[in-house]
Amino acid sequence: MQSFDIKRVTKSKGFSAFTAALLAIFLGLVFGFIIMFAASPENSLSGFQMVLFGGMGRLGDVFYFATPILMTGLAVGFAFKMGLFNIGASGQYTMGMFFALYVGFMWDLPAGIHWVAAIIAGMVGGLLWGLIPGIFKALLNVNEVITSIMFNYIGMYLVDMLIQGNAKMYISTKTRTAYLPDSVQLPALGIANSSVNVSIIIAIIIAVILFIVLNKTTFGYELKATGFNKHASAYAGMNGKRNIILTMAIAGAMAGFGGAFAILAPSTILGSSMTYEPINVIAANGFNGIAVALLGNSSPVGIIFSALFISYIQRGGTLASLFGFKPEIIDVVIAVIIYFSAFAMFMNTVVVKLFKKHKKEEV
Amino acid sequence: MDTLYYLIQNTLPVAIPLLLVALGGMFSERSGVINIALEGIMLFGAFFGCLFVYYIKGSPMDVQIILLLAMAVAAVSGLLYSMLLSFAAVNMKADQTITGTALNMLIPAVILLFSKMFFSSDGITTDMSFYIKKVPGLGDIPVLGKLFFQNTYLTVYIGILFLVIATIIFYKTKFGLRLRSCGEHPQAADSVGINVYVMRHAGVGLSGILGGIGGFFYAVGIMNSNINGHTGVAGFGFLALAVMIFGQWKPLKILLAALFFAFLRTLAYSIALIPFLDALNINQTFYKMLPYAATMVVLAFTSKKSRAPKAEGIPYDMSQR
Repeated sequence: MQSFDIKRVTKSKGFSAFTAALLAIFLGLVFGFIIMFAASPENSLSGFQMVLFGGMGRLGDVFYFATPILMTGLAVGFAFKMGLFNIGASGQYTMGMFFALYVGFMWDLPAGIHWVAAIIAGMVGGLLWGLIPGIFKALLNVNEVITSIMFNYIGMYLVDMLIQGNAKMYISTKTRTAYLPDSVQLPALGIANSSVNVSIIIAIIIAVILFIVLNKTTFGYELKATGFNKHASAYAGMNGKRNIILTMAIAGAMAGFGGAFAILAPSTILGSSMTYEPINVIAANGFNGIAVALLGNSSPVGIIFSALFISYIQRGGTLASLFGFKPEIIDVVIAVIIYFSAFAMFMNTVVVKLFKKHKKEEV
Repeated sequence: MDTLYYLIQNTLPVAIPLLLVALGGMFSERSGVINIALEGIMLFGAFFGCLFVYYIKGSPMDVQIILLLAMAVAAVSGLLYSMLLSFAAVNMKADQTITGTALNMLIPAVILLFSKMFFSSDGITTDMSFYIKKVPGLGDIPVLGKLFFQNTYLTVYIGILFLVIATIIFYKTKFGLRLRSCGEHPQAADSVGINVYVMRHAGVGLSGILGGIGGFFYAVGIMNSNINGHTGVAGFGFLALAVMIFGQWKPLKILLAALFFAFLRTLAYSIALIPFLDALNINQTFYKMLPYAATMVVLAFTSKKSRAPKAEGIPYDMSQR
């Protein structure tokens, strides 16, 4: 009887997604080690150890850096459930950042309300930037991948321009934004030497809400149905166009939250804050969101864990610089993980088949 | 008039990378594989092309010969990198968009990692100029000589040559016909004995060659033969995809689309030299956004009736025959 239960677990979809993710992570790490070995054989072992275990000593930072990519991961994953590839999380994230900055600098609100207003503003910014590709896709049949890439660039240039043009926000001699007022910085969770703050809790709550929306509401059902089969769901009377626009707007709002969370985080140094540098570079956290979403199999709950994992090895990668490696090693590992996770499901079925064959022979 | 000469002379070296990469995308997509990895392939080709130039720089060889050799290096590296995509897309039946995204993310990280460790910089700086002041003979023709044979790069003529070759391969050879059939109805193609897998590998491979060369030409014509992991190829791979869609997956229309985008970009970067636009005193950043915004407008108007290859993005499944 017991073996029957195990079979049911191993056959379930969630389980195979989990093992597929593990397989992809394993291959990504192996590849990362090979690259490290090629770059500097004598330091590769100690450097790789740092990547694997370095994050342990900085759990506060792991949670802190996981917050923005958790949100961009939700932005990508939620759209993915409907079969839309939201590669524009970077632009939505940057827009969210700008809206949050704007409220932070330009609005005078009492402490306690100010940061809440800034977060909501950030969400609105991201929502707008997700809404546009949604409208382009639904009404004009423009591929959302191209649109959102273009809007990454447009958003980045636009935000840089608006910030540079605003004397209250921008210190041109330092090529960065001024320090945000205290009232708009998020309440810290009080872990020494870490900026971890209340936003990680909000982020996890949002992920759970999305999980409920996806699994317990009509909208979530329609969304997934459209993702499985566009034509069948249209035949069943679901309003595909409205759902596309709504999905992209929600996805954008998630990334907007992420941008707000990142820029409003409290600094560990008293009297300063996070700053934004308008240097015409597209936000990397948007692309990391793709990795987070794929690794978490686009499920909101899975995304919570994959965001923590990616943040964890990123901390390790930063520490690997002690041995002469550069933090980019982690970007390499992440890219390889995505590459393999794209066909990990396929490999998984092959492995399972081999395993089953083996078992039969044993019997 | 001088402004016009200047604009045309500067448009061509920008248009050529777009043209070549979009042609590459065309081969890949018409064979049935969505190639979103063009950005990464370009950067990969540009990186190895520049690395080659970096090491051979001091040699007494003619500058233009070095350009041709580096182009070959870029083509081979682009081909190799594209094989990662076709392996995943054709053999492993992976999601082509995700694989492409992974390949796009991988290469800037690798470049930054190795450049920081071995060159202590963000990329490779060769500062090698392949600039041609004036083509002997042809450069003296009135008007035309000034437009097309002065202040230019060898890349422009190579690009045009590749366009001609690509068009002939695409429309006038058995291979081209077979390739196109695999992007429309692979099951039918298979039933008459065409190996769909081989054709799709070939399509992606061609896009790798053209993408690698296009990336190197981008470095030559726009970046002064330098390449940098941070800015990469500045979204040219994605712009090339838009050019390909705007060009309706057809070689000559792609040429026109590439010229259109390149002209807008050149305009954006030479505002200071055009008196009447400079006088408007609009923020430069607006012009930098222009190529991307124009892409959106153009796609909004053309996408309704655009007809992508029917089977693109769908892994070939023999059992659906």
